[in-house]
Amino acid sequence: MLSGGATGAEGGEKVLLDGGRLRRTLTRIAHEIAEQSPELGDLALVGIQRRGVELAARLADLLAEHYGIRPPTGAIDITFYRDDIDTRVPGSAYDQPVVHSTSVPFAVEGRTIVLVDDVLFTGRTIRAAIDALFDYGRPSAVRLAVLVDRGHRELPIRPDFVGKNVPTSRSERISVRLVELDGVDEVVLERRAPAE
Amino acid sequence: MHLLSVDDLSPADIDTLFRLSDGFLEVASRPIKKVPTLRGRTQINMFFEASTRTLTSFELAGKRLSADVVNIKASGSSVSKGESLKDTILTLESYRPDIIVMRHHQVGACRMAARYTTARVVNAGDGAGEHPTQCLLDLYSLRRTYGRLEGLKVAIVGDVLRSRVARSNVFGFRKMGIDVRLVGPPTLIPPGIEHWGVPVYHDLEALDEVDVVYVLRMQLERAKGKVPPVPSLREYSRLWGLSPRRLRPDQRVMHPGPINRGVEITGDLADSDRSLILHQVESGLAVRMAILYHVLAPHPQAA
Repeated sequence: MLSGGATGAEGGEKVLLDGGRLRRTLTRIAHEIAEQSPELGDLALVGIQRRGVELAARLADLLAEHYGIRPPTGAIDITFYRDDIDTRVPGSAYDQPVVHSTSVPFAVEGRTIVLVDDVLFTGRTIRAAIDALFDYGRPSAVRLAVLVDRGHRELPIRPDFVGKNVPTSRSERISVRLVELDGVDEVVLERRAPAE
Repeated sequence: MHLLSVDDLSPADIDTLFRLSDGFLEVASRPIKKVPTLRGRTQINMFFEASTRTLTSFELAGKRLSADVVNIKASGSSVSKGESLKDTILTLESYRPDIIVMRHHQVGACRMAARYTTARVVNAGDGAGEHPTQCLLDLYSLRRTYGRLEGLKVAIVGDVLRSRVARSNVFGFRKMGIDVRLVGPPTLIPPGIEHWGVPVYHDLEALDEVDVVYVLRMQLERAKGKVPPVPSLREYSRLWGLSPRRLRPDQRVMHPGPINRGVEITGDLADSDRSLILHQVESGLAVRMAILYHVLAPHPQAA
């Protein structure tokens, strides 16, 4: 009974962004992207599977709404670019990789590519995504847009566009939920109950 | 894990392999057809028996995953000087390979090799034994073509006697819910076929009800010095060779290659849009990339 009570207090979730604030945050990022792109026609957005893909599509829609140009969008799955094929722990999330589609249906050559991801953590995913992107050609510049930066970087990577900076501990988890995949728009911080 | 037999894989494993293969097919469509997944890993292809397409496919698969790939063929290697398989494996073990892809003329050679190496062993054909990667690529080709495997009807036709492809495919196809039958003259059906648990027909009429006709290669090279099981190739071709008029327009034809044009299949059928032969080759590269990835990835049962 005691541990049950403790889970309620120390587990649980805290909502960082609700639906309305998530939409306003994305709108601000879209304006920042436009502001820093001298030529919107040279821009393309590439989302990192899974939720980065939906976020890239929303940013493209917002750019179309406010600036009249919808930049082309693509999707990248980084499974084959991970550097940990045999160090993965059996039974963990990466044990049986689910490969989502990669699709970059435009010429990367000479474009400014904005990589879009939901949460920026160690930076290893972004490293892999940049590698993957370069297999399609040589972009003139690569920028990074993330909805949440939670710190704990292990590589010299920093985002150009950030929705929200959230100081976290490593045991915490950030969940980005989107209507397209999860039925609701919100960003929550989950505290894991301490291991028994 | 090793991949020595189709029996090593559950239907769920095969589904995982095919999901990976979908990703690798996409890689093959890019301008740069290479991913860094196996960077720094060593893959040794040991081919003790002639093969062009399987070796090429495995070599390219390894290279597209960024592995360092070395090919060893029996001719020109110390094998031709009389070195035993065990000594060859132990010698190569000193180089600490991560993967050994092996083709050998003796049944069970890959299983034996797996005992003497810490590398993962992939069976690329052992004598008249098994050819699991061929079976997997055929299944993948069928899945890409029909969108499903369960409930498909396939007839495997021809030289079942000397075909490791027939053996692996019968068991692998059935595992995935495909209705399999064997068709061929009695002299090309091996003894003990009743234990395979599939119907056997000695008449091409048995092709009428199937979706796919899988034509086996007439294995001329394995008949050397023995009484040939067919009187002549011309007669075989006349009675058992597959031509467009022996199939319905909606039936598709597969073949493991290399084809003997005009023997088990006519050239115009092999080149027609009903033929999946080149689709199989394309599927094979993606599936072999997935296999190389899969054998190196950790598995709960190995932990």
